[in-house]
Amino acid sequence: MPIPLLVGSVEQGLIYAVMALGVFLSFRTLNTPDLTVDGSFVLGAAFSAVICSGGGNPFFAVVVAFVAGCLAGSVTALLNTKLQIQPLLAGILVMLGLYSVNLRVLGGKANIPLMNIKTIYNSFDGTALEAYGEILVIFLVISFVLLLLYLFLQTKLGFALRATGDNEYMVRASGINTNRMKLIGMALANGLVATSGAMIAQYQSYADVGMGLGMVVIGLASVIIGEVIFGTKTLRRRLIAVVLGAVIYRVVIAYSMSRGLPAVDLKLISAIIVTIALSIGVISKYLLKYYKRFAMTTLGKKLIPSPRAKATPEGGDQK
Amino acid sequence: MMEITGLRKIFGKGTINEKVALANFSMTVGDGEFVTVIGGNGAGKSTLMNCIAGVYETEEGKIVLDGKDMTTMPEHLRSQWIGRVFQDPSKGTAFDMTIEQNLAIAYGKGKLRGLTPGIKKSEVDFFREQLVLLGLGLEDRMKHKVGLLSGGQRQALTLLMATIVKPKLLLLDEHTAALDPPTAKTVLALTDRFVSEHGLSTFMITHNMKAALSHGTRTIMMHEGRIILDVSGKERETMTVEDLIEQFEKKAGQELDNDRMLLG
Repeated sequence: MPIPLLVGSVEQGLIYAVMALGVFLSFRTLNTPDLTVDGSFVLGAAFSAVICSGGGNPFFAVVVAFVAGCLAGSVTALLNTKLQIQPLLAGILVMLGLYSVNLRVLGGKANIPLMNIKTIYNSFDGTALEAYGEILVIFLVISFVLLLLYLFLQTKLGFALRATGDNEYMVRASGINTNRMKLIGMALANGLVATSGAMIAQYQSYADVGMGLGMVVIGLASVIIGEVIFGTKTLRRRLIAVVLGAVIYRVVIAYSMSRGLPAVDLKLISAIIVTIALSIGVISKYLLKYYKRFAMTTLGKKLIPSPRAKATPEGGDQK
Repeated sequence: MMEITGLRKIFGKGTINEKVALANFSMTVGDGEFVTVIGGNGAGKSTLMNCIAGVYETEEGKIVLDGKDMTTMPEHLRSQWIGRVFQDPSKGTAFDMTIEQNLAIAYGKGKLRGLTPGIKKSEVDFFREQLVLLGLGLEDRMKHKVGLLSGGQRQALTLLMATIVKPKLLLLDEHTAALDPPTAKTVLALTDRFVSEHGLSTFMITHNMKAALSHGTRTIMMHEGRIILDVSGKERETMTVEDLIEQFEKKAGQELDNDRMLLG
């Protein structure tokens, strides 16, 4: 894999990690798969592109994107808590609605190019660090987000939020309004997703109304890859795992494409990766069962049966 | 003091499965009174608890706790004054969080939950002291996730969480039913201690007839959403499980039917 490609995909991975942290917040912390993500990612990108192309401050654009994402997430949470629409459906409805909203924000156009426009990645231009401007900005932003999120989840409010995903009964019995927690959690989650969208738009120099398709799946893939490889023991480890998961996902995809994976198949591959990752527990259970049966029937005859093997009640070779 | 007047709760109203779970239920529970509640399947015991806690809305009637009308108050607001332990040990705690984090959440009852640290240093010491009182060695495992605890340990922890901010009312919904007999005994002993130490007004649903008489200060028996027997004081002290069953059959006009009921 050529070095520039590797660097590029690590950079992208770190930007997508902000989105993955949002997905972590809804999917793991609140225990709700939130499909708003596909729409709120584009919402962030759209605001970012419009503000930047209008000559606005690119950092301001990211902040606006965050706020817009929070609003989108709040709508999903309110549909769920106040109108009692199932969380999945609430997310789908908001995602669909956002498609129109995003087109409106983009001024009725399907995409906005950002050629020769100052972005957050130009922050170090004219300094000695200009050559590393992109990775530096990205690194600073992801560190900032990671630190804030970590600190937030350690506060009293953060505790209440985490417990809401764990056990709503206990949370209500502790005097906490679970509906409010879902509102705060969904808002923050989509705020992060939109922030990521805003950064991607500036990074790749365009915003496109279709760029959010399958974003939630990429987020889930990042979360799960991180968990599988780096574990879930402490909160700090979990959060860092999500970030690294997002980077690994990006690098693997970039590598596969450089080895000839057609871009057309990308979404299918993502869906398959997440399917496998989600079902890894079940699959390993099946495999273990078949291995056991195989070991008992085929191998068992060749080996001298030990007294312990005979005593096992589920021995398949006893008939 | 809690006053319940004319409480009515109907499930599936207007359908063929309509069931009156609470029929004009009224009672007054004095300060520090420990009421044990027994009754057959579908007598309305759990419904009563859930109506008091605010899980269910009621059709009619009033629930007043220390002069405050709670009838239409949402569950999480009532929880400021009500401590609860559920039958299912997994319901009372957040399994993916540590023991001290769970305690911190419970300790935050009625206080603003803002962006201050979730657990303060001083609180850790306080939690440790409280855990020592449980006598289960949990004080050495404060950073362990609750998911690793046994059912009995969880119920003991939930009991501590329910009382760590002194509630005006403690609701125990068959909180020992899922435990093995020795563990159930330990948790019941802890219950007695917490209730008497804090002088808590308590409702305890139990499937154990003997425990219903040997714990608490008053026993009520429910049938079809009403109280059919209410004993306390001298009368209760001399009562046996046999008396209780006999009384039930006389008042309800049928045999006591509860698949979980333990007589001994």
